[in-house]
Amino acid sequence: MRVNPRHVNTFAAFCLNAQALFTVSILVVIVCIIFIKGIANVNLEFILAFPEDMGRHGGIFPSIVGTFFLVLLSLLFAAPLGLGTAIYLTEYTRESRLTTLIRFGVESLAGVPSIIYGLFGFIFFVIKLKMGWSLLAGSLTMTIMILPTIIRTSEEAIKSVPASFRRVSYSLGATRWETTTRVVLPCAAPGILTGIMLSVGRAISETAAVIFTMGSSLRLPTSLMDSGRTMAVHFYILAREGISLDKAYATALVLVLIILAINAVAYYLMNRITTRYS
Amino acid sequence: MDCKINFEHIKVSFGSAAVLRDINLKVCRNSITGFMGPSGSGKSTLISLVNRMIDFDDGATFEGSVSIDGSNVLDPRTDVISLRKRVGTVFAVPLPLPRSIFENIAYGLRLQGINKRTVLYEMVAESLSKAFLFEEVRDRLHTSALKLSGGQQQRLCRARTLAIKPEIILLAEPCSGLDPISTAKIEEALSELKKEYTIVLVSNNTKQIARATDYAAFFYMGKLVEYGETASIFTTPAVQQTEDYIQGKFG
Repeated sequence: MRVNPRHVNTFAAFCLNAQALFTVSILVVIVCIIFIKGIANVNLEFILAFPEDMGRHGGIFPSIVGTFFLVLLSLLFAAPLGLGTAIYLTEYTRESRLTTLIRFGVESLAGVPSIIYGLFGFIFFVIKLKMGWSLLAGSLTMTIMILPTIIRTSEEAIKSVPASFRRVSYSLGATRWETTTRVVLPCAAPGILTGIMLSVGRAISETAAVIFTMGSSLRLPTSLMDSGRTMAVHFYILAREGISLDKAYATALVLVLIILAINAVAYYLMNRITTRYS
Repeated sequence: MDCKINFEHIKVSFGSAAVLRDINLKVCRNSITGFMGPSGSGKSTLISLVNRMIDFDDGATFEGSVSIDGSNVLDPRTDVISLRKRVGTVFAVPLPLPRSIFENIAYGLRLQGINKRTVLYEMVAESLSKAFLFEEVRDRLHTSALKLSGGQQQRLCRARTLAIKPEIILLAEPCSGLDPISTAKIEEALSELKKEYTIVLVSNNTKQIARATDYAAFFYMGKLVEYGETASIFTTPAVQQTEDYIQGKFG
């Protein structure tokens, strides 16, 4: 017996809707729980004050600063390096053994668990290069960790720029560099930005690799060589060691709000670029 | 005749497939020369040598020489970047870049180091007028070029090429998909343009070659079958094949 295709279609539409809805609802539930449990303890003082008694009282100001600089420094190292690699792979070389090797390396890096990055960072940056637990060691470790994401997403974004745009550019007398910077990159910018945002998300929420390399000092980091504690690590320690669940949820809420804010800004920037180049 | 481009013993192959076999042809300065022939006859490949866009075709190898004003552009030492500023290309399909009308045309000018807004504006307006597009778009120069109609995009691409003031213009299928009135406009424009430029027009449309060109070449299967003044090619072709093609018996 043949099933009526119209019924199949209706059923498929229903399933797909349900799946999409289910996915979103998980996110909504998580955010709601954090919101409900955390909102009571979040206020301006919590954001701007220093923690007292291991975080049982006071605020999380040093953690916010620590998180901000960890993410900023990691991006500062990883974004140019990753974008450069992606440009090299797509625009400046033909497919060869070398590119296959680079891609294989990148894929492998992407699959390594973050705790391994943490151990590597600890042995190499903290001990061998004598950086100690520091913002620098932490952000260098994080750089290696987010590089694969940036490379892969940038590469995909650059590849999706139609070849005809490059042809037009060359036919008007542009060099490879001019074509790359003035035609290819602006078109690929939304995709590249997405990759960078994914990396920010990873770096901002990482705990294992950060504890091993940046430490978990509650003091305000004032130099590259200072240890510090990111919000995610702070949250982890508060909850894990049973110091204060209330403060843990409050920290989580601030973290979630910051991630949302960053995404909103990125989305806005992306829109501006796409309207300019379309 | 005053020779601008001289093709000598041109052989091109893609991998093991020969696309052009020993082409010898001289293109006259300040004239319109038409290359016609069925698709796959090698006419487009031949013009891709002049601006060295053939460099982007993987696996293409070429022999022979293409001289522009006596210097061989197939020489490996040729500065292809400045060559492409001298040889403008208008592709068969209109390919506007994803940006505003103004920026599309300013792109080639900026590559030449022209960045002053007033100068750019003047040159953009001038080339748009030459391509008969300025009146239609003068109020929306800063809107996206992708929103233009097909025919307008075609003219935009022409304006973009004219803006860089090349010596030679290579036009591929300049009127494909255009209505007869726009076609007539473009052909009229071409005869105006040849005063300043040497134009090579590649087309499947024999009627257009007959109307718009001074010299015509007929290619078939990678060989130059016949070449001469358009009037004589179309009235008294020397080769039977040419006659058959012109009359639409094949191709």
